[in-house]
Amino acid sequence: MALAFLLPALVILGAFVVWPMISALRLSFTNAAGFGVEEWVGVDNYVKVFTDPEVQDAVVNTLQYTVLFTPTAVLAALLLALVVNNPRLPWRSFFRTTLFLPFVVSLAVAAFAWSYLIDPQVGLLSYWLGRMGLHLGNVLEDPSLAMPAVALVAVWKNFGFYFVIFLAGLQDIPASLYEAARVDGAGVLHRFRHVTLPLLSNTFAFVLVFAMIAALQAFDQIYVMTGGGPYGHTQTIVMEIYESGFRKLELGFASALSYVLLIATLLLSVVQFVFFGRREEDLA
Amino acid sequence: MTALTLARRAPGRSVDDAPRARRPMRTGTFVSLLAMLVVTAFVLLPIVVIVFTAFKPTAEVNAYPPTLMPDAWTLDNMRRIVTELPFSRLVLNSFVFAGGVTICALVFDSLAAYALARIDFRGRRLLLVGIVATLMIPFQATLVPVYQLVSDLGWVNTFPGLIAPRAADAFGIFFLRQFFLALPRDVDSAARIDGASEFRIYRSIVLPNVVPALLTLGIFTFVNNWNDLLWPLVFTTRKEMGTITSGLTLLTGPGGIIPYGVMMAGSLIAILPLVVAFLLVQRRFIESVATTGLKG
Repeated sequence: MALAFLLPALVILGAFVVWPMISALRLSFTNAAGFGVEEWVGVDNYVKVFTDPEVQDAVVNTLQYTVLFTPTAVLAALLLALVVNNPRLPWRSFFRTTLFLPFVVSLAVAAFAWSYLIDPQVGLLSYWLGRMGLHLGNVLEDPSLAMPAVALVAVWKNFGFYFVIFLAGLQDIPASLYEAARVDGAGVLHRFRHVTLPLLSNTFAFVLVFAMIAALQAFDQIYVMTGGGPYGHTQTIVMEIYESGFRKLELGFASALSYVLLIATLLLSVVQFVFFGRREEDLA
Repeated sequence: MTALTLARRAPGRSVDDAPRARRPMRTGTFVSLLAMLVVTAFVLLPIVVIVFTAFKPTAEVNAYPPTLMPDAWTLDNMRRIVTELPFSRLVLNSFVFAGGVTICALVFDSLAAYALARIDFRGRRLLLVGIVATLMIPFQATLVPVYQLVSDLGWVNTFPGLIAPRAADAFGIFFLRQFFLALPRDVDSAARIDGASEFRIYRSIVLPNVVPALLTLGIFTFVNNWNDLLWPLVFTTRKEMGTITSGLTLLTGPGGIIPYGVMMAGSLIAILPLVVAFLLVQRRFIESVATTGLKG
């Protein structure tokens, strides 16, 4: 009986998630190219993943992107949640809605808007920054600025999501704890350090891992804004998978690279589940 | 009522606003308010720029110094974007793709969630763990074999090819199961004794009680698919089968030199349905996203 209810979902998940995962593992040991005969090449693709300078660059770039994106988005979200959680602040609903709004805008569209804003000739933001004495030049062509720029677009899109999770976490901290701390003479900083921080730590860890997983999958805005350039400086792992798998048709190599992404994500997900469980306990 | 009662869930006024309102706003709160207004203006800037630039004449878009608002409003950009791309077709594709995925996923996920939450069978726990484990697999990592499969089925450049691989997902099952578990079981036991079939209990008793959860999951699924770039980029090679999100990126590629005004007109149309839908349901949507930590 239960099977009838489960069947459609199991067929879909089996065919399009579980089977492809096994299939990718097999492909990763072949020189599959989408046509012709596939030959078993052993660990050649994995050797290439770990030795090819282009792949190493993509891995380093992805890590760099993760380091730029994750703390910025998470800390901005936390800071804003602390400010908006103040019950004396007027227009809190308005701030909450507005800060969440970018989350429904696609990264691709966000990338168009930001490309325009930072256009060296006609961009409003470059003009304003220039008036303040900050001349950034052609950001997306600049090897040292292109990555921060594409990371910033993702921060803009995603921080509102983390912000509302923090806000919910903050509102679940019992008011009695703050009161007890205040009765004991604890100041604002002290209350933050000894009440807010410990009780928010699981939510914080949950959001942090969440953001890191998102960062590992960076693609959309990079594809739109830089196409991986200048000189490969914004080429990420998923960009590399897309290019090797769907442009150069090196399916075996793309699959080996996919497995690197898969394992990195799995490790982070396990950590996340631990904190998700703890966060559920906090909320309960 | 203590002065420390925090507003739980309701972010509007807390109970202790009234006595404070008589006093002038504290300096700290005033500084917070100013800071929040600046942050909000900055966060809204890209969206505001999309809206204004969409109606700006090209001469003004290219003028120096750049301005925020158009002097002369025009519909030229809107007219041009419709001719640059098979635009109405792409918007329609987006609706069919995102809508199709949403409907299928809601049906299949809720069916599976029902079995996992409310029917006792052997291996249920193990199956749940297995389903949740697939949650950890990023779709980018299986893209190559999924494409091969879709291609073997002859589904590249078709709606089944875009929709079927996403017609069920582990997160939706997990999410709905939580809501199904929370419903009291007396009603369906009574219905079962009266001879109601499982499907009837699912359709007439359980589903009507989780409409808000279905709505939240539905909007979330719709938004994610509407906005997705990599998926339509891979599964559609013909321009007319793309979505509005993937279609717009064709304009910026090599050789695609398109005035910003036209790009922003396209962007405005691409975000409009989502922004409107979001603003209509924003409070409930934000709250369920916040408390469940929906996947992004």
